[in-house]
Amino acid sequence: MIEHGKAYPSYPARRGTDWPLVVTKITAIIGRILLYVVLATGGILFIMPLLWMISTSVKPDHLIYNIPIVWIPPELDWQNYVNGWTALPFPRFYANTIFVTIVNIIGLVLSSSLVAFGFARIRFWGRDVIFLILLATMMLPSQVTLIPLYLFWSKLGLVNTYWPLIVPQWLTNAYNVFLLRQFFMTINLELDDAARIDGAGWFTIYSRILMPLSKPALGVIAIQAFAWNWNNFFDPLIYLNEPKKYTIAIGLRLFQTTQSQQIAETMAMTLVALIPVLIVFYIAQARFIQGVVITGVKG
Amino acid sequence: MAVQSKRGDRPGRPRRFYLSPQARDNIAGFLFISPWLIHFLGLIAFAMIFSFGISLTKTDLLTGFTFVGFDNYVRMWNDPLFWKSFRVTAYYTFVLVPANVVVALAIAILMNQKVAFIGLWRVVYYLPSVVSGVAVALLWGYVLNPRFGLLNAGLAAIGIEGPRWLYSEEWAVPGFILMGLWGAGGAMILYLAGLQGIPTSLYEAAEIDGANSWHRFWNVTIPLLTPTIYFNVLISIIASFQVFTQAYILTSGGPNNATLTQVLYLYRKGFQDFQFGYASALAWALFLIILVFTVLVVRTSESWVYYEGELRK
Repeated sequence: MIEHGKAYPSYPARRGTDWPLVVTKITAIIGRILLYVVLATGGILFIMPLLWMISTSVKPDHLIYNIPIVWIPPELDWQNYVNGWTALPFPRFYANTIFVTIVNIIGLVLSSSLVAFGFARIRFWGRDVIFLILLATMMLPSQVTLIPLYLFWSKLGLVNTYWPLIVPQWLTNAYNVFLLRQFFMTINLELDDAARIDGAGWFTIYSRILMPLSKPALGVIAIQAFAWNWNNFFDPLIYLNEPKKYTIAIGLRLFQTTQSQQIAETMAMTLVALIPVLIVFYIAQARFIQGVVITGVKG
Repeated sequence: MAVQSKRGDRPGRPRRFYLSPQARDNIAGFLFISPWLIHFLGLIAFAMIFSFGISLTKTDLLTGFTFVGFDNYVRMWNDPLFWKSFRVTAYYTFVLVPANVVVALAIAILMNQKVAFIGLWRVVYYLPSVVSGVAVALLWGYVLNPRFGLLNAGLAAIGIEGPRWLYSEEWAVPGFILMGLWGAGGAMILYLAGLQGIPTSLYEAAEIDGANSWHRFWNVTIPLLTPTIYFNVLISIIASFQVFTQAYILTSGGPNNATLTQVLYLYRKGFQDFQFGYASALAWALFLIILVFTVLVVRTSESWVYYEGELRK
């Protein structure tokens, strides 16, 4: 075989090799087969834990410990779901989580779009320096501000309410501002000028022009906010201390500490807690992926 | 700000302020960004200064603050558990982050080929990364169970006796790392987007120059993906250093503090032992550690991150 090196720019292309066509074809077919074998093996490894969780959640107790694993139990034990659901006030946890999540999605979409609009479209004094500070705060671990904030909320008597979970989101965060700003920057600035000539103010430009054009990006923010709020564990753990105010994440934790022997029930409740995330994922698959593209990963 | 006001030059109308267009933009700009400004000044800057202040005291937050100077920092320096937590967290981060790049990139490259059922593969690999927090921890607590867990059952099927994972000092952190790798789909999507952004003309040019597929991979694909890898490595380092949920829920830091992560130690000192002064010092140490590693990555990035439109040295 000829050594191909990048140092020989005028070298003839590969098709000049003297392998008969059949061999090339066979290599290609073997390559395809290998590709699918690797994809399938990896895929099985990735999806197995989820399938195992579903299987365990409907298993009667005596089959859980069975090795080799019984994937489809002879009779499905739906009682696990009933037992789990009624062991703790799960409907309440669900309602609490839905409330916090929806309020926070609205707050985050509103506040981050306003702030991102300011940074992306308006030229004002100190803008670039302030934006650098905003980027720098992304590096700050939230634990640094945790204790003073805890003290702050407890002095206001608002520990064990939802305010500490809601207010920060209504005041937006660096990540979402960054993401939306990147998106806003891609929209032609001449639109603003045209609107201003027609007498529109900044707020009109924001609400009538930028927002309608940014629906995909706003959708991404909303979906990510949904997943984040639904799964958020640390803040509810710190701020909520009464089971009737618990969100699903700490509800699950409570379930795990109080019913640790109930493996099938724990799996069943984990699955129940995941269902909304999976549904949203299913509906918004394309958006999830788009989010990544918008984040402006190119640097 | 240059605020020009011409007052009352239109008789018969209520008094108004007239501002130059730039002054109006300044005001509008600050109004638009005010939510974040309030967040920054009220919740971040204030809390950072205050947090540093607290770290110089001994306090349970209820009965007052006793100023102790840098005692908490000296204590931390001499605290074997602090160093232990640093080692645990660093071990977790510096295995997980590179492993995650390799696994996610490998899947992304496979999925970037022309394969059938692409939608199915995407769901299979991406779905686990959507599951997060407590749910992942609970599920993986069972997957890693030495007695009936999925992983050891799988290993037994191919004739390997699996370790005791979270019950063993040696294997607990590797268990957490596997748990982290299960979420590689998140980064995989990033890389896939990056791969699809590489113009095919570059590959064609490389092929004409006689590059085989291995050369094309190393000299076209990888360089053009470095910005994505860079972004992803930075974000993952910052996030991995804050690992908490798994350790809190599954091992409470054990066995023998083998999974005592820095945030877990901080949480324990603050919210369980009510030593908020010491916990604040631990938080600042964590911040400094993250800062050092982030700056290191940023500093070295010049030598390995390639931006289009920039000449390579």
